[in-house]
Amino acid sequence: MAVRFLLDGEMVELDAVDPTATVLDHLRYTMRRTGTKEGCAEGDCGACTVLVGSLEGDELAWRAVNSCIQFLPMLDGKAVMTVESLKDVGGALNPLQETMACNGSSQCGFCTPGFVMSLHGRTIGARGCELPVEDVIAGNLCRCTGYGPIIEAGEAAAPFAQDDAAVVTALRGLQGSASGEWQGRRWFAPRSADELARLLAEHPDARMIAGATDVGLWVTKGLRDLGTVIFLGGIAELAVIEESADALTLGAGVRYADAHAAMARLHPELGELVRRIGGLQVRNAGTVGGNVANGSPIGDGPPALIALGGELTLRSMAGRRTMPLEDYFLGYGKQDRQPGEFVESIRIPRPSADAVILISKLSRRFDSDISAVCGAFMLRVEDGVIRDARVAFGGMAATPKRAARCEDALLGQPFAEATFATAAEALKADFDPLTDVRGSAAYRVEAAANLLRRLWLRSQGVAVAVLEALDG
Amino acid sequence: MAERDPAWKVLPKPSHPHDSARLHVAGEARYADDLTEPADMLHLAFGQSSEARARIVSMDLSKVLASPGVVAVYTAADIPGANDVSPFAGDDRLLADGEVLCHGQAVFLVAATSQRAARIAARLGQIEYEPLPAAVTVAQAQAAGSHIEPAQRMARGDAAAALAASPHRLSGRFAMGGQDHFYLEGQVSVATPGEDGQVHVLCSTQHPSEVQHLVAHMLHVSSADVTVEVRRMGGAFGGKETQAALFAAAAALVASKTGRPAKFRCDRDDDMVMTGKRHPFEIAYQVGFDDAGHLLALSLHLASACGATVDLSPAINDRAMFHSDNCYFLPDVEVVSERLKTNTVSATAFRGFGGPQGMLAIERVIDDVAMALGLDPLDVRVANLYGPGRETTPYAMTVADNVAPQIIARLRQTARYDERARAVEAFNAANPVLKKGIALTPVKFGISFTTTHLNQAGALVHVYADGSIQVNHGGTEMGQGLYTKVARVVADVFAVPMETIRITATRTDKVPNTSATAASSGADLNGMAAHNAAMTIRDRLTTFLARTYGLEEGAVHFTPGGVIVGAETLDFGQVARKAHIGRISLSSTGYYATPGIEYDRSVFKGRPFYYFAYGAAVSEVVIDTLTGEHKVLAVDIIHDVGRSLNPVIDKGQIEGGFIQGQGWLTTEELVWDGKGRLLTHSPATYKIPTASDRPKHFTVTLWDGENVEPTINRSKAVGEPPFMLAISVFSALNRAVAATMPDKRALPPLDAPCTPEHILKAIAAHKAAV
Repeated sequence: MAVRFLLDGEMVELDAVDPTATVLDHLRYTMRRTGTKEGCAEGDCGACTVLVGSLEGDELAWRAVNSCIQFLPMLDGKAVMTVESLKDVGGALNPLQETMACNGSSQCGFCTPGFVMSLHGRTIGARGCELPVEDVIAGNLCRCTGYGPIIEAGEAAAPFAQDDAAVVTALRGLQGSASGEWQGRRWFAPRSADELARLLAEHPDARMIAGATDVGLWVTKGLRDLGTVIFLGGIAELAVIEESADALTLGAGVRYADAHAAMARLHPELGELVRRIGGLQVRNAGTVGGNVANGSPIGDGPPALIALGGELTLRSMAGRRTMPLEDYFLGYGKQDRQPGEFVESIRIPRPSADAVILISKLSRRFDSDISAVCGAFMLRVEDGVIRDARVAFGGMAATPKRAARCEDALLGQPFAEATFATAAEALKADFDPLTDVRGSAAYRVEAAANLLRRLWLRSQGVAVAVLEALDG
Repeated sequence: MAERDPAWKVLPKPSHPHDSARLHVAGEARYADDLTEPADMLHLAFGQSSEARARIVSMDLSKVLASPGVVAVYTAADIPGANDVSPFAGDDRLLADGEVLCHGQAVFLVAATSQRAARIAARLGQIEYEPLPAAVTVAQAQAAGSHIEPAQRMARGDAAAALAASPHRLSGRFAMGGQDHFYLEGQVSVATPGEDGQVHVLCSTQHPSEVQHLVAHMLHVSSADVTVEVRRMGGAFGGKETQAALFAAAAALVASKTGRPAKFRCDRDDDMVMTGKRHPFEIAYQVGFDDAGHLLALSLHLASACGATVDLSPAINDRAMFHSDNCYFLPDVEVVSERLKTNTVSATAFRGFGGPQGMLAIERVIDDVAMALGLDPLDVRVANLYGPGRETTPYAMTVADNVAPQIIARLRQTARYDERARAVEAFNAANPVLKKGIALTPVKFGISFTTTHLNQAGALVHVYADGSIQVNHGGTEMGQGLYTKVARVVADVFAVPMETIRITATRTDKVPNTSATAASSGADLNGMAAHNAAMTIRDRLTTFLARTYGLEEGAVHFTPGGVIVGAETLDFGQVARKAHIGRISLSSTGYYATPGIEYDRSVFKGRPFYYFAYGAAVSEVVIDTLTGEHKVLAVDIIHDVGRSLNPVIDKGQIEGGFIQGQGWLTTEELVWDGKGRLLTHSPATYKIPTASDRPKHFTVTLWDGENVEPTINRSKAVGEPPFMLAISVFSALNRAVAATMPDKRALPPLDAPCTPEHILKAIAAHKAAV
């Protein structure tokens, strides 16, 4: 079966598709839409930003994504907008483009189409764009301008109601499962969890791909052949967000950008962490489940979800099993996922109103960076005594991991400065981190221990964390 | 000279947007990779060295050749002419010949039917190496006595004696990292074979003439057989001055060998591994000073890691020396510059060209002196500025255009420096975890290539019989708005609207023997050359019209309302048509060479610079003393661009330059492992500033002045100088770290870039220091 998507309202039907050919290469070298640029081919610069529209109920949800690490079958049943789509029939620039052309938003111009698409997304109400302009373009790098005019143009751009009715109608007919084979490599794009379970039973070695924000690089940088692949993006039931009085349950296929508001409602610290995961394009593709399932020691989601008491549900033809999230991570690159299983959902209990929570991501750059250390703490204090303590770290071990000695040092102790000092010392015995490109072992240990002091001081009303002190 | 042209005095100078801005936002501006590929196009990739330094014992490339899609594989033995892609020293190989000098060096070249096929095949080479001793750090190179050239010395007076006689002495050392250019468009070249051995190379380069010459020598053809063209680059910043030649030569070699067009579009990670970066420096100093902070003696040692080959390192390190005075008079001074040869990718030109490193060194010295004396560093800066009776640089040039004192005084007042410095102190007293710092630092940057003969440019202007005008010159467009500025110069000569001017791609067959677009000189040199070309044509038209109408030449005026000829007014198109029929040549070249500059490198004395560009910035920062995180809170800048050719474009250069400089000193860290491998070879690990790193409060004011030298429109160069305004961020961060121990009269040992790790380390060391 073919991959079918709409580009500027026109159906594009591709019969034989390399399942790991990128959307960017197809746009540039097959369709000759060269306005979309390759800056890095790894989802970090945003020069390749396009808008992808998904049918969600009766509505078309537009999202800015990095086309360099989106594979062609992921477009099946979707609509696509590139910078070439923005000119009106008379060839005039839209108001956003007009502003950017006049106010110095472009110098070399190479990153410009990517910024235009990110900001255009904001004007048409694309997902994730309720954030300030700086956040909407945090995944777009510009090396020339210093960003001032671009931010100004983004802030000046008026919302614009795009009429998507025809696209919605056309997409309705394209929402079936898809699959194909190309040079001996098979691919599947199922539409239900049952279908996925069956496919995994038949193809236990198949590579599951949700947002491709990690796997994409295996292809563009690792030059790997991924064999049989199953694309998860079309399974609506895996993309469900359930908010109840006692928990937030996120389907494994929920994109970080879509989960952002609900996670922020669970706790503002969690919302702030999500804001700093990748750029918007990455959060618009990357899923909470994928961030957990791939078992990365530096994924930003898991430490916080572990500290908050998250539970993971796995599913297969044989049924479901649920485990505390921390138990899923067995060792470096090794997770407790059996052949035929997939991550179905993550349940995060709603923290009690008096819980003391700190989630801190430390990285060279605040936005769109990978953490050197990511620490998450949840304490419950009764009558001045710490009754529950969950402490988890990323970047400190081969997996996201709880800090058992630190937790022990906190439990049952008075909520007092001395307790945190002792716990900070205990934390140093919990981890033996690596020295790598993101930081030395010594820095990681010291900064991680200092987060306990950050937690204590903040509880005493002391200003900590520079991002919280900007208006000084 | 433009200055003598009355048209310049009467015409208003509105800011035209960048000439390609409308194409940029529409995605219609074409870069080298955007042109339709011919069906038989070949795509290229290099097999790279896995060693920092080694002899190549054997190469088995059979698996490379057998890989799907591969059409040809080449090694050094296949190069018909010179195996050289260096700017002058002859030591940069297109393909390694017997030995490799750094990790990532090109060893063999694959041509395949797709980029992916070429990249896959390039990883299949089986090369046997005999590793040789390698020096990958400054210390290792110093221990091994490995240099690209002898150390250079610039001195005045007797620094040692003056040190001995100084009431106070300090010594210190610190290190600053390099910087990747991270132009958004990676290196790319497309070579198309022509008839009779000719080749056309479309190349993203700042230096088409050098690419032309290198390709010609490499193919063993004449320069006249090679044409290099560049319409625009997607950013360059110095990274495409010499570094584009490798990819252009590879594409030209394949085109020449196979008779098929060949494109080298370099992958981002390969680009970051294989191309040169800003030089990292290690600084050591001894300074003597009095109670008021006047510098009496300075002995400064600059050591830079130049990488494996010479490239432009001599001139870059020279410029570091020339800027180690910045705005300050140094009575007795000795600057020694050590240029180390390391087995890492050859360091190269990057915005500022050594200037930032030299300037950071002296600003650090000033901060050190101020801390030791317990004075506000700004007062120490002001006390040491060049001024009447103390206006000669260590290289014996008179600072004749010194506006630094006025700019600093103005900024001090408009940015409320003193009031804010007190507020910072109060904040720090009240906050145990967060500490703020504020600093005002100035910039004085010398304008001209220090290699004097490079200070020349050519242009070509055609007026067509319909009155439309084509402009061409040797400068290249990398986003800095050069084409727009030069077009405006020509439009003003004829008093025609900008729309009349068609700007055309830079090509070696239009203007020959050009210098790189570098050293901030693009508009100064090419603007003047284009002005001269246009004036030649205008003078011919004036003469022709006066003769035709029987008037004095003084009765002919080119005005925005048309060409006034006595009582008649003609539009410019009519004039062009009449002149064509009257058999007047409507095409001219123009040429310009910067006057008055001359210096003797053997003694580091003379006038290397035509003039200086100035500026100053106040930066306020906050650090978190628990994690080492920081934020730049507020920046105010006053910068001197002379009489601006285009205020919007100039402001863009200032803001962009500042943020790039902020990145160099804060988030951008190059990490090499012990084997000379670059670990930060992608934007996932190498972090340039994002939108939120731009300070929320950020003001830029253009200094209201004009160049004392008769440059085009009395403007000043703007490409590089603003980069160094970001030194104020480093200085402010130092003060914030120092605030962790407010009573300690010492500068914390903070290295650049100021990553969270470096800041935390500096805090610990500062607290521990006695």
